[in-house]
Amino acid sequence: MTVGLFIPCYVNQFYPGAAKATLLLLKKLGVDVVYPPKQTCCGQPMANSGFEHLSQGCNDLFIENFSEFDYIVAPSASCVLHVKDHLHSHANEAQASGIRSKVFELVEFLTDILKVEKLDAFFPHKVGIHHSCHGLRGLHLAQMSELNAPPFSKPQRLLDMVQGLEQVTLDRPDECCGFGGTFCVAEEAVSVKMGKDRVTDHTKNGAEYITSSDLSCLMHLEGILHRNKSSIKVLHIAEILNATL
Amino acid sequence: MKQSETKDHAALAEAFIKDEERVDWHDGALWYIREKRDIASKQIPEWEQLREAASAIKSNVISNLHEYLLQFEANLKKNGIIVHWADNAQEHNEIVYSILKAKEITQMVKSKSMLTEECHLNEYLEERGIGVINSDLGEYIQQIDNEPPSHIVLPCIHKRKEEIGELFHEHLGTEKGLSDPTQLTRVARKHLRNVFLTRRAALTGVNFAVAETGEYVVCTNEGNADMGAHLSEVQIASMGLEKLIPQKKHLGIFLRLLARSATGQPITIYSSHYKKPRAGQEMHLILVDAGRTRQLGRVDFRDSLKCIKCGGCMNTCPVYRKSGGLSYHNTISGPIGAILAPNLDMKKHADLPYASTLCGSCSNVCPVKINIHEQLYKWRQVIVKEGYAANTKALGMKAMAWTLSSPSTFTTAGKAGRWFLHNIPFVVNNKFNPWYKQREMPEGPKESFAEWYAKNEEPRP
Repeated sequence: MTVGLFIPCYVNQFYPGAAKATLLLLKKLGVDVVYPPKQTCCGQPMANSGFEHLSQGCNDLFIENFSEFDYIVAPSASCVLHVKDHLHSHANEAQASGIRSKVFELVEFLTDILKVEKLDAFFPHKVGIHHSCHGLRGLHLAQMSELNAPPFSKPQRLLDMVQGLEQVTLDRPDECCGFGGTFCVAEEAVSVKMGKDRVTDHTKNGAEYITSSDLSCLMHLEGILHRNKSSIKVLHIAEILNATL
Repeated sequence: MKQSETKDHAALAEAFIKDEERVDWHDGALWYIREKRDIASKQIPEWEQLREAASAIKSNVISNLHEYLLQFEANLKKNGIIVHWADNAQEHNEIVYSILKAKEITQMVKSKSMLTEECHLNEYLEERGIGVINSDLGEYIQQIDNEPPSHIVLPCIHKRKEEIGELFHEHLGTEKGLSDPTQLTRVARKHLRNVFLTRRAALTGVNFAVAETGEYVVCTNEGNADMGAHLSEVQIASMGLEKLIPQKKHLGIFLRLLARSATGQPITIYSSHYKKPRAGQEMHLILVDAGRTRQLGRVDFRDSLKCIKCGGCMNTCPVYRKSGGLSYHNTISGPIGAILAPNLDMKKHADLPYASTLCGSCSNVCPVKINIHEQLYKWRQVIVKEGYAANTKALGMKAMAWTLSSPSTFTTAGKAGRWFLHNIPFVVNNKFNPWYKQREMPEGPKESFAEWYAKNEEPRP
């Protein structure tokens, strides 16, 4: 099995630690991982702003970079969902369709494909999970609070395998943080208020770290935490799952 | 009526958010209702099947609207109800006016009806010398304040009891400083009781219209629709074409879903069935299109017509909770308003599909399973193609920055980094970037992952 590592553009530029942790964690679990160097962006920011018709260049490039792999894994639920929902190609629709069915967010790849039951990880801190909406309601990484359906949580299951880690319970377990792509600048006031309220939920329930399968949410929450000189840190879930003594 | 239409959602929301303590209170009040909805829905094991069934029935209705409308009309006539068809708001208002004028009626009482708000019926009639009183307490309060409803089920949810006390003091002569909800309600009740007793005409909205029987159902908690209707000599009902359900037995599904989704109640206090006029009474029903058939023709958006107006999507929407219903500058606000409004006036409402993070909570609470967040995404594509993206100020500029750089210009890793720093809307590194107003920029690391990988990992074919 060879996995193509898809590192979203902003993760590559701003959060290389999360990308490295993803790579090293997969290797630790015995996976053959390759990072295609010519990758850029999945096209989501354009598409979500209403410019999906201009994202074909991104789609074609994505197909070129990733169609050969058995699986494609990314430490970003949002970008994975975009590829799953919107990657199309007039010239290579068969390849596009193949990619849509074999692209996975890291957490679901660990729980559903690798079926990880234990991890050699140690992280002695109180951690709050921030569910990204695309991970939760798009990829179903956990049960959605609105539905009358049995609860489950893939990230929680993985964090349960980390020694020393204590998960905090939130008042609103799956409320949106307000990042929302261009929403975060187009609707700056609402975006920041939503982010502040998410931070407060984690703070008052004792979290030292906020983790998520999406760095876009974390980048937004971190911006708010830093501005307010908070001691609470954000960390991508890959970095916790890959943390050792 | 107080107008706020020159500003877009982002600007109106920013103004609302300035009073953070109020936002927290507003957010908390609506979240409390969302929680009540969760508790109520989780007490019914078959909840998700009910949603599925309701969605399927409504699919059937909007797919066979023509037949159901004709069946409904025939049954209404059989029951002695006078049927009118209105193509648009103007026609609707003219019909109401002509009914009242024929009877020389100059005062009317109205129970909650978002359709007549959409048609601006009150203003139309008042210009022609006919006074209208909204009898739903929340709408009555909004009417006194000369402000449109901010929520379709909870019209004055954005007002605090002290503000309502102040309004009552000014308009109804209550004691200054009185803000006890029970006492205020008693005062309103006294005023409204007199209205009910003296009005010869009553207008209601319609929650469900049953095609097979020619009856319609109005759901209220205050009984105000009944008070108006039972005491009137002319009873008028205004309904959008999409309010039909095929059979009476389907009410067993919709009535269970409606109140639980709206407020977490098992059922509204009153579910009143109206079928035929009393002796000496005249009953009219106006079927209104006002853009609905146009929406029916939009394949991607036709499911929005399934809406039963529970307001659940508003209560769950974090954007709605933080920005207030009036920031949507449309009668129907919140997520459902944002997919209905562009059909009515795409230019004016081009900002609304962007007033969302696409979090998807709206679609999950929707009792008829409208894919609201997917329609928001699709409206954005339509708005851009129709050339209205520039109407959404901030987005226009930022999104243009994206699109002006063709993806093909950053196919190499080195260029990608530079392009990224200059173009990605949320990290453009300058002080004019809205990101920076209340958030720090992400700290740029020494090297990107791609650079690290090239140095540290074996090159692969």
